[in-house]
Amino acid sequence: MATQGTSIWSKHQIFEKHSYWLMLGILIVISIGGLVEIAPLFYLKSTIEKVEGMRPYTPLELAGRNIYVREGCYNCHSQQIRPLRDEVERYGHYSLAAESMYDHPFQWGSKRTGPDLARVGGKYSDLWQREHLHNPRAVVPASIMPSYPWLAQTKLDTKHLAADLKDLKLLGVPYTDEMIEKVQEDLKAQSTTDGDTSGLDKRYPKAQARDFDGNPGELTEADALIAYLQMLGTLVDFKLYDNQANVR
Amino acid sequence: MSTIQDPIRTPAKALRFGEAGLLVVFAAFAFFAIIVAAKAYTPAYAFHAYLFAAASIAAVFAIGNRYMARPAGPVPQVNADGKPNYNFDVVKFCTIAAVVWGIAGFLVGVIAALQLAFPVVNFDLPWISFGRLRPLHTSAVIFAFGGNVLIGTSFYVVQRTSHARLVGDLAPWFVVLGYNLFIVIAGTGYLLGITQGKEYAEPEWYADLFLTVVWVTYLLVFLGTILKRKEPHIYVANWFYLAFIITIAVLHLGNNASVPVSVFSPKSYILWSGVQDAMFQWWYGHNAVGFFLTAGFLALMYYFIPKRAERPVYSYRLSIVHFWALIFIYIWAGPHHLHYTSLPDWAQTLGMTFSIILWMPSWGGMINGLMTLSGAWDKLRTDPIIRMMVVAVAFYGMSTFEGPMMSVKAVNSLSHYTEWTIGHVHSGALGWVAYISFGAIYCMVPWLWNKREMYSLKAVNWHFWVSTLGIVLYISSMWVAGILQGLMWRAYTQLGFLEYSFIESVEAMHPLYVIRAIGGILFLSGALIMAWNVWKTITMPEAAAEQSLALAPAE
Repeated sequence: MATQGTSIWSKHQIFEKHSYWLMLGILIVISIGGLVEIAPLFYLKSTIEKVEGMRPYTPLELAGRNIYVREGCYNCHSQQIRPLRDEVERYGHYSLAAESMYDHPFQWGSKRTGPDLARVGGKYSDLWQREHLHNPRAVVPASIMPSYPWLAQTKLDTKHLAADLKDLKLLGVPYTDEMIEKVQEDLKAQSTTDGDTSGLDKRYPKAQARDFDGNPGELTEADALIAYLQMLGTLVDFKLYDNQANVR
Repeated sequence: MSTIQDPIRTPAKALRFGEAGLLVVFAAFAFFAIIVAAKAYTPAYAFHAYLFAAASIAAVFAIGNRYMARPAGPVPQVNADGKPNYNFDVVKFCTIAAVVWGIAGFLVGVIAALQLAFPVVNFDLPWISFGRLRPLHTSAVIFAFGGNVLIGTSFYVVQRTSHARLVGDLAPWFVVLGYNLFIVIAGTGYLLGITQGKEYAEPEWYADLFLTVVWVTYLLVFLGTILKRKEPHIYVANWFYLAFIITIAVLHLGNNASVPVSVFSPKSYILWSGVQDAMFQWWYGHNAVGFFLTAGFLALMYYFIPKRAERPVYSYRLSIVHFWALIFIYIWAGPHHLHYTSLPDWAQTLGMTFSIILWMPSWGGMINGLMTLSGAWDKLRTDPIIRMMVVAVAFYGMSTFEGPMMSVKAVNSLSHYTEWTIGHVHSGALGWVAYISFGAIYCMVPWLWNKREMYSLKAVNWHFWVSTLGIVLYISSMWVAGILQGLMWRAYTQLGFLEYSFIESVEAMHPLYVIRAIGGILFLSGALIMAWNVWKTITMPEAAAEQSLALAPAE
């Protein structure tokens, strides 16, 4: 049946008999879907909303975020609230694309073994966070989260943090030269109670400055992680956010 | 073509170009790695640099020793009996590595499952806390176990169906050993807290770069062997292998594009951010399923089922149609992981539409695999290895129906973020990927080590039933868990308040997590039976008489 030269099946022999044609065919066929779905996200203006309040992470928050990534928190916690009635009531306003636009990598997650954390900032006290990280079952008896006692015992490694900011600047996060220059200053101002926070506030509006881990003598990984958790979802003021303004 | 040596005039032994080149490259790389280790920002990264240095030095010695031991002249392409001088040593290595990594990966899975049921199993240790162990489990089963099965079988199948020896002298070894070194770097990295934080793409920039070099070499070895085939047609299994190798390369490069903080730092930042990074991630993530765990293992189906059943593939035309349809449509399906998120609606709708269409080419493959048994259905009863592979195809059919169903936005609003997804993945991973792999290992071990059959078919039967019971416990408990979670989260009281707090849904999971862990233990037990059986088969006496029959090439 397929012996006719004009049959579509015999035309297919070009792929069956020539590996380069097969390779080229595969390359073209698998490129189309990705190009159509990914490329427009970089130029369609409606992809990321225009929102007041978003800013890059402070050095301390960034260090905390890196610990969040290191410990694999995303394996059990999402940071992405869907516009469904129960989620909005449980977690707060649904997530906007703009809220993660400086996130390299994104941490939306795919599983909720634990609750969503997109707006966890300010929901619990520092003391609660500290106890909870040290032993979750001390504050939530039925919790199945691992304990992270080492965070409060490990000094935060801040030696190369300026290089991290520089790297992110290269990738398009709007860190200024001043921000990179003042990394250590801002770290100190945000993690102590008695520091001068005027510079920090100017560079990073809404930055929360205090001793997060209850151990003023030392800057620990718990300080950084709690600082990160306490700012999650706090940058955009949804009393002022106008959803209709972004409809195009 | 034949290069059988003239016994009288033996040429003087000299380093081959590849040997000399690799000696220089490895020596230079060892030097470089030691410098990086000395100036590394973190001890974990220094450990990895030393590991690279040690591997490079070992490679220098291995190449040197091999040169001393090998005969002069080029590698003969054809044996004295006129048959191709197949390179099966690399295949043997991958087969054993697959068994070992499989058991390691299943074991880590069992530990992770126990951690969710009983958090005390985290032991308050950073290295084995759930967040670090879960990527270790997924990478060990997908990339270590699955990857070794894919590389091993692809090197076997491409040689048999091309009637040609693998191209390259050291290149196949570089692929096999390099890939397994990548696995060690990735796995130890997770335990030490080195991760990019992208699911199924956790290894950091330096591991990714190294894998890129290994993978390109893999493509060249595979393609080179096809190029020198003695058959006019490229066998269908090789189309699937080729699609798998090429697409994984594209996905790997796209999703892992990152800029390291410094050459002395393990940390890098992904080029993409937020919504674009999410789209890149699930374009990668879903097609790791589509091309690593589907196209690659369909290649196994297209070789080992017809071979073992001694029946031709059911329909050649169906394989053509479903091949192109499958690889074209799969790529679009990624956004179904991002339903109702901040990803624009148009992308979500495209993802859902193509996911539903994907049901058809998936079942095209299933039908082609199952119907290959026509005329040989009695083998399901008599041959436990065939049974394992056929059940694998049935599981493939089941999970490729479940997947499109879960990609419908209304269903996804319930199932997303729940254990249902975990159950779905495992019906595909345990039922399809692992079973077709076990089947291929059971076929290949006697062929590779010159035995008539596996040491014990009875043990294969035990493996089958023990692990099937494990899969059933696993997926049914996760269905119940997932739907329960989804319903509890959205339950309202009569007065219009949310009925359950989050922690109540966590408490409700406990019995189901315990059942899941038991399912995992059964599946692991089955794999241990296989390991014993493989060991006994390799060490039992050879069966010389049946050799020619067992090694007859497939059409």
